[in-house]
Amino acid sequence: MGGHSKTSPLGDGGMKTLKRQHHNLAESSAQISILQDDAHLYKLVPFQQKLEENNLYPLKATGVEVFQVNVGKMCNQVCKHCHVDAGPDRKEIMTQETMEQCLEALRNNTSLKTVDLTGGAPEMNPDFRWFVEEITKLRRHVIVRCNLTIILANKKYHDLPTFFKRHNVEVISSLPFYTKDRTDRQRGDGVFEDSIKALQMLNEAGYGKEDTKLVLNLIYNPAGAFMPPSQEALQKEYKQALMEHYGIQFNNLFAITNLPISRYLDYLLTSGNYEKYMEKLVSAFNPTAAANVMCRNTISIGWDGYLYDCDFNQMLDLKVDCGNSKHISQFNVDALNRRSVIIGQHCFGCTAGAGSSCGGAVA
Amino acid sequence: MSNHYYNAEDLGKFGNIGEYQKELGDKFFSWYGEVFKDSALSAKEKSLIALAVSHAVQCPYCIDAYSSDAFEKGYSEAQMMEAVHVAGAIKGGAVLVHGVQMMNKVKEIAM
Repeated sequence: MGGHSKTSPLGDGGMKTLKRQHHNLAESSAQISILQDDAHLYKLVPFQQKLEENNLYPLKATGVEVFQVNVGKMCNQVCKHCHVDAGPDRKEIMTQETMEQCLEALRNNTSLKTVDLTGGAPEMNPDFRWFVEEITKLRRHVIVRCNLTIILANKKYHDLPTFFKRHNVEVISSLPFYTKDRTDRQRGDGVFEDSIKALQMLNEAGYGKEDTKLVLNLIYNPAGAFMPPSQEALQKEYKQALMEHYGIQFNNLFAITNLPISRYLDYLLTSGNYEKYMEKLVSAFNPTAAANVMCRNTISIGWDGYLYDCDFNQMLDLKVDCGNSKHISQFNVDALNRRSVIIGQHCFGCTAGAGSSCGGAVA
Repeated sequence: MSNHYYNAEDLGKFGNIGEYQKELGDKFFSWYGEVFKDSALSAKEKSLIALAVSHAVQCPYCIDAYSSDAFEKGYSEAQMMEAVHVAGAIKGGAVLVHGVQMMNKVKEIAM
């Protein structure tokens, strides 16, 4: 599918998806076994106990407002920390039929105000543009989680900034750091350079400028086994560095903590950092962040239409605990609003420090 | 008492010093917290200063803590090593500048 940038990490024999490597962690059950069954080996407090101590268990939904759709695992990049294990070899792609079911759910439930499209690289789904157009017709706020390099990956994607602009899409893009070194270490050689070009193209279309309403937000996530520093301080540094060196403007920076899932879990284990990283997350547990976790007002839809509490639970194949509404074809917002969120040791990633969500810090 | 003077796990027990003298411990940690806040210098700049000082005082706990902290706050490996060189240059310079004292003494007593 599509080409890829001349400088992308794909052709240089670098990262491969866990699935392509036939790695045992390609299976969600193997990941859960390490996170849950082996928790006692690492003397880690169970996440449930932390919630109980703070009167947050069971963790109840507060009402679904964000409808996050993962339209497929195919991606032009193979980032070291990816919790989706996305890559060019992944064939799991949402069909137009499932998209129709998503649109039906949106039509029937006006409380679903925001549609957040993610992947993989969501733009690689052949029905992506049609889907965005149909959602906009329903007058919902659309977010696209764009990896930036996709815009340059192939001629057919070069007009994405104008497509986004036409539909007033909010663009949220990963840029792990404002320097080449840290970005390329996580996302592959040449990714920083292409990301900068793509950001300049988005700026040219009017994104991230003060005088337009076209929102361009960036995502920071740590390139290593540590937690993000202050989101506020980082935003200031990003704004200054990107403007000074590349003339780039953007709206907000979201600092996101890496969760111990899939390729990031593999990285933690192979680098010998798993135990210390988990201890760090556990000791930084913040009850305010726990009360504000995004799964309480989000529903995550998988490429095959199954429903999850969040994209992380989706990758661990932990479907929603909602008997009458487990698939988009049987979407029942009332039942989902009453559900308890499925939790596990990975949830410590969203409750540590200032908290973490797809929109950055929560506390 | 263990058979060695330093233990990495002891860093996590730093807060326990209040067990033997709570009031002074509380005062120290409160002051320490204030020192490292964003103010005339940013918390990030203070982290790099702390890294350099950690090396100058050769405190393994401090080096552990501020190597992580400075890297987390976004300094590159090269920037961190340059900070260590600054500490080294000051320590080396501090030794060598005393060479003048030595020279003065020798000049005083030599024929």
